[in-house]
Amino acid sequence: MTGALAETEDDALWAAVADPTRRRVLDALLERGEATTTTLAEGLPVTRQAVAKHLVVLDRVGLVAGQRSGREVRYAVRPERLDDAAAAMARVAAQWDRRLARIKRLAESVQAEARIDFQHRQGEAR
Amino acid sequence: MPATSVEREIFIEAPPEIVWGVITEPEQISSWFSDDADIEPRSGMDGTLTWKPGGRGGEVEADLVVPIRVVDAEPFRRFSFRWNHQQGVEPDESNSALVEFRLIEEDGATRLKVVESGIDAVAHDVESSTRYRAEHEDGWEKHFAELLDYLASNAGRAS
Repeated sequence: MTGALAETEDDALWAAVADPTRRRVLDALLERGEATTTTLAEGLPVTRQAVAKHLVVLDRVGLVAGQRSGREVRYAVRPERLDDAAAAMARVAAQWDRRLARIKRLAESVQAEARIDFQHRQGEAR
Repeated sequence: MPATSVEREIFIEAPPEIVWGVITEPEQISSWFSDDADIEPRSGMDGTLTWKPGGRGGEVEADLVVPIRVVDAEPFRRFSFRWNHQQGVEPDESNSALVEFRLIEEDGATRLKVVESGIDAVAHDVESSTRYRAEHEDGWEKHFAELLDYLASNAGRAS
């Protein structure tokens, strides 16, 4: 399958954003633009160590990128990877749009048939 | 952050009774969803959706059998099921996605809403392959349009 590599990447991305705390870390980082582990932990109900662990996971899938500045690492969100996650959701939505369109056509053709049957029977009854 | 659920809806010029049949009867499900369906619209019932090689599954190499469990079935109003969990595993929020249909009657027609949630719980296995399938479905859609046209022209001739 040509999509295999892309799928594996998507899977890691999903696993990374599936954790609610990691989503909060991402949200906090989005709000600040750029932050260190310490400043992020100040605004969240988790320890600095926990934030550091979550940042490693997010970094691994490319959702955030860290830049060393002196003794600290400053993290920022990489918007292009967020777009990937949004695109994956859009694909699921598009799939339901296609299915709903088919349901509509099926139901409306059944309804049209029922209407023709009804008119037929009325014609015969007359 | 992107939410892990999607919500879509469509307006259908047919009453809920007809739409209910299309979304819950196996023969009809295999006309818009999978190639084969084994399903009974009763709460707690286990069933399967099957995609076949050369069918709507596009490039699946062998039969892809996706287990589903009906959660809620209220005739003409609500139908929901969990899917994409591993075969033989009890489906819950952690290992399956939830699909919920709502049928809302509007002057003899139907507004059909669908919400799929918990997509992140299954993204690592079957959902990614259904996503892959979706990208190969367009050819089939054309066939379906042709079939409908054929049925419509024949119905016209018969009456």
